[in-house]
Amino acid sequence: MLEVKDAIKIFNPGTVNEKVALNGVNLALKEGEFVTVIGGNGAGKSTLLNAVAGVFPIDGGSIVIDETDVTRLPEYRRATYVGRVFQDPMMGTAGNMGIEENLALAYRRGQRRGLKWGISGKERERYKSLLESLDLGLERRLTSKVGLLSGGQRQALTLLMATLQKPKLLLLDEHTAALDPKTAAKVLELSDRIVEEYNLTTMMVTHNMRDAIAHGSRLIMMYEGRIVIDISGENKKKLTVEELLEQFSKVSGSNEADDKLLLS
Amino acid sequence: MNLLSLLGAMEGAVAQGTIWGIMAVGVFLTYKILDFADLTVDGSLCTGGSVAVMLMLSGVNPSVALLCAFGAGLLAGLVTGLFHTALGIPPILSGILTQLALYSVNIRIMGKSNQAISVDKYDLIVSSRFLSENPVTLFVTLGLFVVVLVGLLYWFFGTEVGNSIRATGDNLNMARAQGINTGFQKVLCLMLSNGMVALAGGLLAQYQGNSDINMGRGAIVIGLAAVIIGDVLFSWVFRNFALRLLGVVFGAMIYYIVITIVLQLGLETTDLKLLTALVVALFLSVPYLKGKIRKPVVKGGDFRA
Repeated sequence: MLEVKDAIKIFNPGTVNEKVALNGVNLALKEGEFVTVIGGNGAGKSTLLNAVAGVFPIDGGSIVIDETDVTRLPEYRRATYVGRVFQDPMMGTAGNMGIEENLALAYRRGQRRGLKWGISGKERERYKSLLESLDLGLERRLTSKVGLLSGGQRQALTLLMATLQKPKLLLLDEHTAALDPKTAAKVLELSDRIVEEYNLTTMMVTHNMRDAIAHGSRLIMMYEGRIVIDISGENKKKLTVEELLEQFSKVSGSNEADDKLLLS
Repeated sequence: MNLLSLLGAMEGAVAQGTIWGIMAVGVFLTYKILDFADLTVDGSLCTGGSVAVMLMLSGVNPSVALLCAFGAGLLAGLVTGLFHTALGIPPILSGILTQLALYSVNIRIMGKSNQAISVDKYDLIVSSRFLSENPVTLFVTLGLFVVVLVGLLYWFFGTEVGNSIRATGDNLNMARAQGINTGFQKVLCLMLSNGMVALAGGLLAQYQGNSDINMGRGAIVIGLAAVIIGDVLFSWVFRNFALRLLGVVFGAMIYYIVITIVLQLGLETTDLKLLTALVVALFLSVPYLKGKIRKPVVKGGDFRA
């Protein structure tokens, strides 16, 4: 479903701030695979997700989604294939627009937008029942501005928007990092439910090792712009934090990053 | 102050305010919806006036001339939009560049720095002369313009494309993530906005009987004043999009009524720009100053809130 080949991204090339964020990343995801991505600060996790989403062009390599080469497609055109939830709850929704308006915008992802009315009565019914399934009472506030919602509500809504048109690929970029632990757990649970229900191919970046181990069918760890650990299947199910840390220090040749990873 | 002459002047203020209100609706589209302070309007207002006047002078029907003025505004907005989206020039600078370029263009259109058009010889749609001759027709005409334009905009911003423009102005990241070509939407909104402004320019030129190279000087500030007055005075009752646009038109009327009163009090017309700038600066600073005085309110982050 996703094939990243030799992806290279260098920020500020030729300056003192030069930073090789992706240093030849190779990754292939099968349909329905749910991979969690971990790594320390600056390891390239978010850069990888943004490269796939097309936020910036990569400097080398290629990205193929469902047999379509998207390497040169701008962000808005890749949106046809990709659903996204961001770390910042403000980022995924239009705060000055209503809940139903946000959903209607998401519903038209990947389709031509013309001079038809922006939202139909039939859609509204569907949104209502979908919102009901979130169990947040949002179905009674269809016309409320999204800016009035809490961070958790906004993330739940963004999740719904990202999957309203079934995406080929769902990208979750630390989407629970800005939430309090209880809310984060709820949003994670919701993510699991939606991914399972639609059998979505998913990449989820997280800072939290426990979350990375507990969710998904595959785990990759990034270090200095490369994927250094890739665990799936039975091994992933049996994985423990200690084991992961041990593997990591073997690969990276140091254990200085351990604390950072565990604590953050 | 002579109350009778003030009342007499009021009619003119309302008429002028309505025309500037249409212009201010154009400013509203960029400033409020797209979050883009577009300075093109200082030039495109005059472009609209010039195109309308020159076409009418060469025998074109005034309605057709107005439509062409609208078209000229679309082009002006297109240039600013391309400066910004295709060439990556910051919003304010894009507008300033087009505005500057339009000075030369406008002189080229008119052949000199102003062109008069006489209501005696031409069948104008609006004119200040109508104030004394048939004010009812004048106000009905202007009212119709406002209602039709607001109606069209209300429809447009309710469509899929309109919603895409609103999303672009609200949250670029979200818009792109939902597959919206944000660059295109920006250009579209800038075109529409300047089209409205140029249309208002065409009306204004007819109303005052001439098109002048300076007629748009400071238009952006007057537009902002109208938008802000409309927002402050009516936003608590006018929630609906169409009503908000009407609020902007009312804002422009109120602006001109206040200006008329101030002029009657003995201020010179040339003092008005200073006054307008100060009033707009005051209103623009209110949200910032309010935020500094008020203690931050702790908002509940409850998931079930």
